[in-house]
Amino acid sequence: MLLVVEQLLNGLQFGLLLFLLAAGLTLVFGIMDFVNLAHGSLYMMGAYFAATFAAWTGSFIIGIVLALGATLLLGMVLEYVALRHLYGRDHLDQVLGTFGLILFFNDAVRLIWGPAGLSLPLPAWLTVPIQIVPGVFYPSYRLAIIAVSLVVAALLYLVVMRTRVGMLIRAGASNREMIGALGINIRLLFTLVFGLGAALAGLAGLMQAPILTVQIGMGENILILAFVIIVIGGIGSIRGAFLAAIFVGMIDTLGRAYAPDLLRHLLSPTAASTAAPALSSMLIYLLMAIVLVVRPEGLFPASKR
Amino acid sequence: MRSTFWLAGAALLALAQPANAGDTIKIGFVSTFSGPTAVIGNDMRNSFELALDHMGRKMGGKNVEVIYEDDTFKPDVGKQKTQKLIESDKVDFIAGYIWSNVLLASLKPIVDSKTMMVIANAGPSQVAGELCSPYVFSTSWQNDQTPAAVGEYMNQKNVKSVFLIGPNYAAGKDMLAGVKSTFKGEIKGEEYTVWPSQLDFSAELSKARASGAASIFVFYPGAAGVQFLNQYSQAGLKATMPLYTAFTIDETTLPLQKDNAIGVPGAQQWVNDLPNDANKKFVSDFRAKFKHGPSFYGAQAYDAAQLINSAVVAVKGDTSKKEEMRKAMEKADFKSVRGAFKFGNNHMPIQNFYLQDVVKGTDGELGLKTVATIVKDSQDRFHDKCPMK
Repeated sequence: MLLVVEQLLNGLQFGLLLFLLAAGLTLVFGIMDFVNLAHGSLYMMGAYFAATFAAWTGSFIIGIVLALGATLLLGMVLEYVALRHLYGRDHLDQVLGTFGLILFFNDAVRLIWGPAGLSLPLPAWLTVPIQIVPGVFYPSYRLAIIAVSLVVAALLYLVVMRTRVGMLIRAGASNREMIGALGINIRLLFTLVFGLGAALAGLAGLMQAPILTVQIGMGENILILAFVIIVIGGIGSIRGAFLAAIFVGMIDTLGRAYAPDLLRHLLSPTAASTAAPALSSMLIYLLMAIVLVVRPEGLFPASKR
Repeated sequence: MRSTFWLAGAALLALAQPANAGDTIKIGFVSTFSGPTAVIGNDMRNSFELALDHMGRKMGGKNVEVIYEDDTFKPDVGKQKTQKLIESDKVDFIAGYIWSNVLLASLKPIVDSKTMMVIANAGPSQVAGELCSPYVFSTSWQNDQTPAAVGEYMNQKNVKSVFLIGPNYAAGKDMLAGVKSTFKGEIKGEEYTVWPSQLDFSAELSKARASGAASIFVFYPGAAGVQFLNQYSQAGLKATMPLYTAFTIDETTLPLQKDNAIGVPGAQQWVNDLPNDANKKFVSDFRAKFKHGPSFYGAQAYDAAQLINSAVVAVKGDTSKKEEMRKAMEKADFKSVRGAFKFGNNHMPIQNFYLQDVVKGTDGELGLKTVATIVKDSQDRFHDKCPMK
């Protein structure tokens, strides 16, 4: 029973982290109608910036604050310099262009930081496990990820639903031409949205960094999951991304945790332990396929014109 | 104009081809040179190049040309690169291979073309057993050997029970089977994770803790080892469930694992401080050239170059004499950096395994150190299944 609680927390933590990545992606995709494969590179840059700044300043907190600012800035510069020219183009051109950016960022990182990767060590107070209910210890850093992600999700909700900028963002998601025609500076709005998306990706990357490693190409595997999430949740929908991310995080973690035990009832133990990881990693894609068949617009689509 | 250009090109090629085949020993080297595991591939290439430097870049009086190919960590790419090396480059030797799954995918074209091969890392059980070949040698180990040595060490430490975690691919299965072959305590559970995409081990660590096992054994090579150690120490398991490892902590991962690796034992057939002369020269020259120490991957690549050299010298550079080269290689007649070893009937080394520990050097840098010899002259469990006698 206690193990179930722990596994649910694991799933929640993974899901929330995926939400941060997917939120930025869905904003950019939904509002700007722009397919950004380089979103994973911004995730990677967030982690590299955090590791570098934390090492320079000697402080984990200052490091991540500086890194957030740096990825925000990087996102805006990137939008201004490169991506702006791809808006009018076909999605395939955007995929090609941003795929090129992935290669660019990977090699830029290799040149600047070397191929070996970096590490982002945690301060001592974040490395002790906390007893949440009697008998269940949970890593404090993972609890911190859950807390930060929830706060960011709430802030994002407030910004999008309750502020003027948020209104423009929602209007942009519903009908881009119309808000342009109404005299809104859509270029500036896009730069801001892209910067925000980049900062969210950077935040996901730097929070994941102490758990994983800071390495070249770290954003590529996880980006696939982020795309799955925005497809399931409905493109352009923050609420959809939030729910779908938690859903996917839970399915992934609980699948890994319980599929081997379930399969052992059906197969021999060795066959079960080999088949289970394969099966649990398929579950998410199965879910996506089902959603695409039943509700191609996603479970919680952003409202259209 | 254009056709004369092509004609000239074709003529050049036709002239160049036979001349090349005669004067140069061609070696194809397949490893991972891109992505995060490029660190391993670079270590192998650097060591292989150092070995060539030590030979004066000649084998049996002939020039040596090495063609390095990147398998990008994928079995299908590894196979394509292997076929390219054999069919269009027509290499005399093929060497390298970090990953067991890449090696298994690439094996058939090598064996079919009877290209002489020296594996410098991967050691899937199949290659030691039913898929053994007269043309395939290894300067590393069979996968089960190292974890089997770890299992022995856990017996010596009187560990009562263990929870096993490893990646779900050929080597992961061999590694966990290796521990099980020697460990006498109870196996409380066994988990396989998706390889190489799974990066988060929280679900597995929770299960390990809930199993009540006295210890954990893992096999996570490369960056995955860094991630596992991060998450293991953040989960606070270091005090309650001691960790035992195979191929998880080495010179390529230590700079990132840092203090997380202190006190986590592992086994290896080569450690940088082994006191033989060949090893001292290898380690000190490597340090002088590359400003950091080599890893066991490098040591195996260095030995691979030496083994190839011993074959070329034995036939005085005439690489068409494959039978003679095979016989020469079976003698393992070179100064291995791990110390003397023999080949078994399946061309896998029969060798010692050492307990290694992470220590802080005088300069504050973390390094690996030999603590004890766990097993002497270990031979893999699959040599009986190999039809070669």
